This record gives sequence, structure tokens and C-alpha cells, in this order.
Amino acid sequence: MNKNWLAMAGILLLLALCFWANTSWNGYALRLFMYLGLYITLSVSLNLVNGLTDIFSLGHAAFMALGAYTSALLTLPLAKRASAFPSLAEWFQNLVLPFPLALLIGAGIAALAALLIGFPLLRLRGHYLSVGTLALLVIVETLATNMTFLTRGPRGINGIPTYTNVFWVWGFTTLCIYIVYRLKHSGFGLAFGAIRQDDTAASSLGIPTFYYRMLAFVLSAAMAGVVGGLWGHLVRVISPHVFSYNITFLIVAMLVIGGLGSIWGSVLGAVVLFLIPEGLRFLESAKLFGLELFGLSQLVVAIMLILVMIFRPQGLLGRKG
Amino acid sequence: MNIEYILQQLINGLAIGSLYALVAVGLSMVYGILKLINFAHGDVMMVAAMSGSTLFLSFSKSPLALFAAIALFAGLLGLTLERIAYRPLRGAPEINLMITSFAVSSFLQTTMTMGFSATPKRFETVPLLSTLYKVGPLQIRGADIATFLIALIAVILLTWYTRTSRTGIAMRAVSENLNTSMLMGINPSQPIALAFFIGSLLAGVAGVLWGWKYGQVDPLLGFLPGLKGFVAAVIGGIGSIPGAFIGGYVLGLAEVFFVGFLPPSFSGYRDVFVFSLLFMVLLLRPQGLLGKAIGRKA
Repeated sequence: MNKNWLAMAGILLLLALCFWANTSWNGYALRLFMYLGLYITLSVSLNLVNGLTDIFSLGHAAFMALGAYTSALLTLPLAKRASAFPSLAEWFQNLVLPFPLALLIGAGIAALAALLIGFPLLRLRGHYLSVGTLALLVIVETLATNMTFLTRGPRGINGIPTYTNVFWVWGFTTLCIYIVYRLKHSGFGLAFGAIRQDDTAASSLGIPTFYYRMLAFVLSAAMAGVVGGLWGHLVRVISPHVFSYNITFLIVAMLVIGGLGSIWGSVLGAVVLFLIPEGLRFLESAKLFGLELFGLSQLVVAIMLILVMIFRPQGLLGRKG
Repeated sequence: MNIEYILQQLINGLAIGSLYALVAVGLSMVYGILKLINFAHGDVMMVAAMSGSTLFLSFSKSPLALFAAIALFAGLLGLTLERIAYRPLRGAPEINLMITSFAVSSFLQTTMTMGFSATPKRFETVPLLSTLYKVGPLQIRGADIATFLIALIAVILLTWYTRTSRTGIAMRAVSENLNTSMLMGINPSQPIALAFFIGSLLAGVAGVLWGWKYGQVDPLLGFLPGLKGFVAAVIGGIGSIPGAFIGGYVLGLAEVFFVGFLPPSFSGYRDVFVFSLLFMVLLLRPQGLLGKAIGRKA
């Protein structure tokens, strides 16, 4: 009971913060606030796979790209379409869906991709999934670059309507945290834990390991798909290289530094790593002994990650929460 | 489509395959011994290529000595990274090593980008290697012949070394079972460090050869060859040195034939093809060509 009240209070506080941000923050702060929410969602949703089960996905950016492109294509205003996509079928030219439906379909596409690559990968050792998801990242980026009739290639899609606002972002963040929390503290969470600790023992106890890994992987991909959609409708321009290796690396660093398997850890990791580039921004434009410091924050994140793995491999919060 | 065209494609495939083989052998050695997918492997290759692009401009008189120096430097870089980043994690879950290699990869990319900027740099070629030799209607570049020979010699030496020498046997024992090998009186640090050294040395060799082949290098060039090297290692049967070698050629030939025998509009999709091949192999023959199908150790 006590916990429920706490959660309720937290949600109300967040809601108040969102209203405040929406009405009186300046545009820059508001955008940062929304990006923070998106990063937290990414980190929490990746934690569902990488933290709770024994597999380690590196494909979050690919699922984001799938969600972003799908939802952008399905909501682009009619006036924009004929000029941007002259070679598409007529029924598609006239198909403008409402934003929530487009987001859902984007999530579905991302989930479908996860399902497809999950079949060969999830039967094998955990490593193969890491490489396979990274391969998916390259595949998606190559497809987005080359299927110009659908994606406009490297030029990207612009003029995506700005549907994303602070309530969409933080609403979805809350939903994801809720879902992952409920999964973790349920029979699913126990099964995930058993698989993580010893999958042979788990399957000998009758836990369908393939099914549980697939469930976590697909659900996490769907969440990343929604975040991709929200992302696209926030920045308004998407191109193939936006959803790159760098984003995947940053998300992985967030949840490892926060604590693999800990929900509040991935939230904390996201906040910390989100603030580092902001804090170092004034340094990045400076020069040190004639050396360009641009990219400093990425370097700091990499070194932090190496040090965390050596000195505190369980992350800031361990597995708690 | 005539026979010359097919033969020419075969040569091109062997040329790129040799590079993949060099990268794959190093990846496979380290994987075999530590079960680590070393995402930083391609970046060691990149560091060698970048230093080559800087050094060959000023010391173009003795390319061979410089080549050896850069390869040695790459080997020492691998050794240093192992000592600083990977050795402290001995005994930790395998996933931790992989995360660290991810971070090391980012570290190398970022430092090189900060030091040399992200714009591609020209790579000074050596006259002997940039010459195009003609055999009848076929043509082959000197660098490609050199790559092929180096890869072949390296894999023969390494296979022989790991099969027969004392350290090689220790290496295989550690990769079989680290704890048991310690009970047999082997200090695992030595073979592990050696695997990193040799693997990185080969990555350094591949980096310089890469520069000679393509003529320009940039700080992000290591990502794709690193990943493709892993695909090659998986095709050949990961952990096996001859397997990685063969896998490199299978991948190189498949890639070149895909681009060469399909309409040009497909050529942009070559990476889609390469990585779909990974999924196919993992679906149909996950142990690879030369690997043994063994169940997971409990």
C-alpha cells in the first residue's frame, strides 16, 4: 500500500513538473527535458533485455530507426507527400494516420524485426545476439540509405509534423517504467532471473528459455520503436545516420553505469550521462594545447564505462529497485 | 558475362577476403581464449591505418621497415589494452568483457577523431604496391598480391604455432577451460596476452594494407571490417584459426559476387547481404564450416 502511494505521489509530481515545463520553461530547456525522458525510456527498455535476461542487445538504435521511419511516413501531411515520394502507390500517398496509431504501427514493425532476427539468434549463446543486433543496425542504416523511394535516402525525411510534446514523452516514460517494473516483480522476473543465472538449470526446471528471451527482446524493441517515433516527431527531420552506433553506445553506457538489472539505476544512469555532455559543452568548443576538445564527452563516457567495469561492475545502484 | 569477368571478380573477392581473413583470425583467437567478442579489434586496425597515413608521408623512404613498426605498434597497443582494460575483469561475466571492448572501441575512435579530425586522410601508397599488374585480360594490384601472401603465411605460421609449440598448446588449453588449465600449472595471463598481441599485430597489418588498397583512411573505418571479420570468423567456425581464414575468403567472395553479378542497383545493399549471410549461417550451421557442434557447457 505504502509503495502505491509513493508511486502515485511521484506521478503527480511528474505531472506537475510537466505542466510547469510546458507553460513556463524556455524552448531549449523544454527540449532538453523531453530528450531526457526519451533517453530514460530507452535505457529502461534496454534494461528489460540486457539487465534482466542473459542476452545483450546492441540494436536499440535500429529499432528506433524502424519506429521513426514508420511513424514519419504514416503521418506526413498530404501536401508534403506528392513531392517527397512521387513513386509510391496511390493508396499509400493518401494514407495519413493519426499519431498514436502511427506510433503503434512503428512499434509493431520494430517488434517484428526483433522477432525475425530473434529466431536464429536466441537459440545460441548470448554473444551472437550482440553481434546480430549490431548487424541489424548496419542493415537498417543501409536500407534507409538505399531505399530512396521510401526513405529519400541520405537526404532524410523532413517536415515531420511536431506531435511530440512533454506529456507524450513523459507519459510513455512512466508507462515503460511501470511495465518493466511489473515484469521484474512477477513470475516473469523470476524466470528472467533464473535464465540469467543459469539457463541450463532454468530449462531443466521447465522454464521455456527461448520464449522468455524472445518476449523480453520483442517487447523492448517495441518500446524502442515508440521512442523512435516520438524522436522523429520531436526533431522533425530524420536521416539514416541519426540512429547510429553512437546512440546505442550511449544507451548501453547509461544502463551499465546505472546498474544492469536495476530500473532506477537505468533512470539514474540516463540522467547522469545526459547531463555530462551538457556540463562539458562549454569545454568542447575550447582548445587545449591546440587540441580540439570536440568529442570530449564521448571520451569521458568511454573512460567512465571502462572504470565502472573494473571497479564497480554492478553499476551505481547494483540490482536494487 | 564471360569467363574473364568471372575470374576478375574472383581475384577481387580474394583480395578483399584476405583482409577479412587477417581481421577474422585475430578476432577468432581472442574469442577462442576469452569468449570475448572484441568490438575494439577493428579500431586497433583503424589506429594502425591512421598512424600509417601520417607516418608514410614523412618516412616514405623505407616503407617495409615502417610497415613492420606500425604492425608492432598495433600489437603493443593490443597488449596494453589487454593489461589495462581486460585483465582486471578476469573471472567476471563474459558480458562485462564485451561491454569493456565496446568502451575501448569508442575510446579509440574518439581519441583518433579528436587528434586527427574525422575527415578522411590520404594514405601514401608505395609504387610497387599501387602498380596494376596485367595477366592476359585480368588485372591485379600489387597490394592485393601482398595481402594475399601475408594472410596465407600468417595463418600457416599461426596454425603450426598453436598446434605444436609449448605456448600454443597452453593457449589451446586455456581456451578449452581456463580453470583446469591453471590446475595444470599454466599461467593463463601469458597465452591470453599473446593472443591479444598476435591478433592486434595482424589487425595492424590489415590496417596498413587497407590504407594501401583504398588510398584513404578515417577514424571510423574500423567498425565495418571489425564486424565483418566477426561474420567471417562465425562462417568459418569461431575459435578456429584455419576456419577464420577460410571464412574470410567465403565472405569476401560472396560479397564481391553479390555486387558483381547482380544489377548495379543492388550494389548499395552489399552490407545488407553480408549481414543477412550471418543470420543464415547462424540459422543453418551455427558452428560454422570448421567448428564442432558442441552443446553449451553447463
